[in-house]
Amino acid sequence: MADEHRFHLAIGSRFENIELVQVVLKDRLRQLGMDEDTQDWVDVAVREALANAIKHGNAQNPEKQVHVDLDVEDDEVVIRVEDEGVGFDPDRVGDPLAPENLLRTNGRGILFMKKFMDRIHYGSGPGGGTMVTLRKRVGPKTDTPHHPEEGTQ
Amino acid sequence: MKFNVRQSGDVTILDLSGKITIGSGEEALRNTMQEIMSSGARKVVINMSGVTMIDSSGIGELVSAYTTATNRGTKLKLANLPAKVSDILTITQLITVFDVYDNEADAVNSFA
Repeated sequence: MADEHRFHLAIGSRFENIELVQVVLKDRLRQLGMDEDTQDWVDVAVREALANAIKHGNAQNPEKQVHVDLDVEDDEVVIRVEDEGVGFDPDRVGDPLAPENLLRTNGRGILFMKKFMDRIHYGSGPGGGTMVTLRKRVGPKTDTPHHPEEGTQ
Repeated sequence: MKFNVRQSGDVTILDLSGKITIGSGEEALRNTMQEIMSSGARKVVINMSGVTMIDSSGIGELVSAYTTATNRGTKLKLANLPAKVSDILTITQLITVFDVYDNEADAVNSFA
């Protein structure tokens, strides 16, 4: 696994641009030898990160961009999604599994990211926006989604 | 996302296929469900056999359809969940909320 798998994309804040990222992402994950099931789950996790960046971070302002970087570090694929918003505190999102939230129509994106990736981390990116870092081991098939690691980095 | 609405006796069947994801299907699902319920349907089965991907927005639309249907006195059931959709409903614990059937016939017959 080497630098040739890296990519950087900057997309305008439109939901249809998520599909463009997915095409490039899945191609790279396939090249890295990730099995198809895991590719699909990573695809969903990254989709959630992109949707949050477009909807909440950039408030769907098409003038603002979402930056996506893929790197391979040791045996992990690392995907960073950064918006151009004013920051985001993931702890303020209610637990979507709490009985009172079960029938909410939103608030499950971070749950999906945690479930489908090995680790996620929210922080500030180099541009000052919110950056979520998603990590997934490339290698033998893991047990996602039934027994994923719960913790965030 | 593609969809098709048909009748099986007094049961309305909504066949869904493709992606139910943000910007790519979730609005169509919302509009179609509103049309079905506005038409006075009281028994609805969503056949999900052709769904290839669903994200949190798509799940949100299913929840919205369920609560809207319940508030109107319409019974909504899901049938033919692909494995990944079933996994996602399990993760979100919504598998305990929705009335889920292995196949369309069982879902239709459950209204009897």
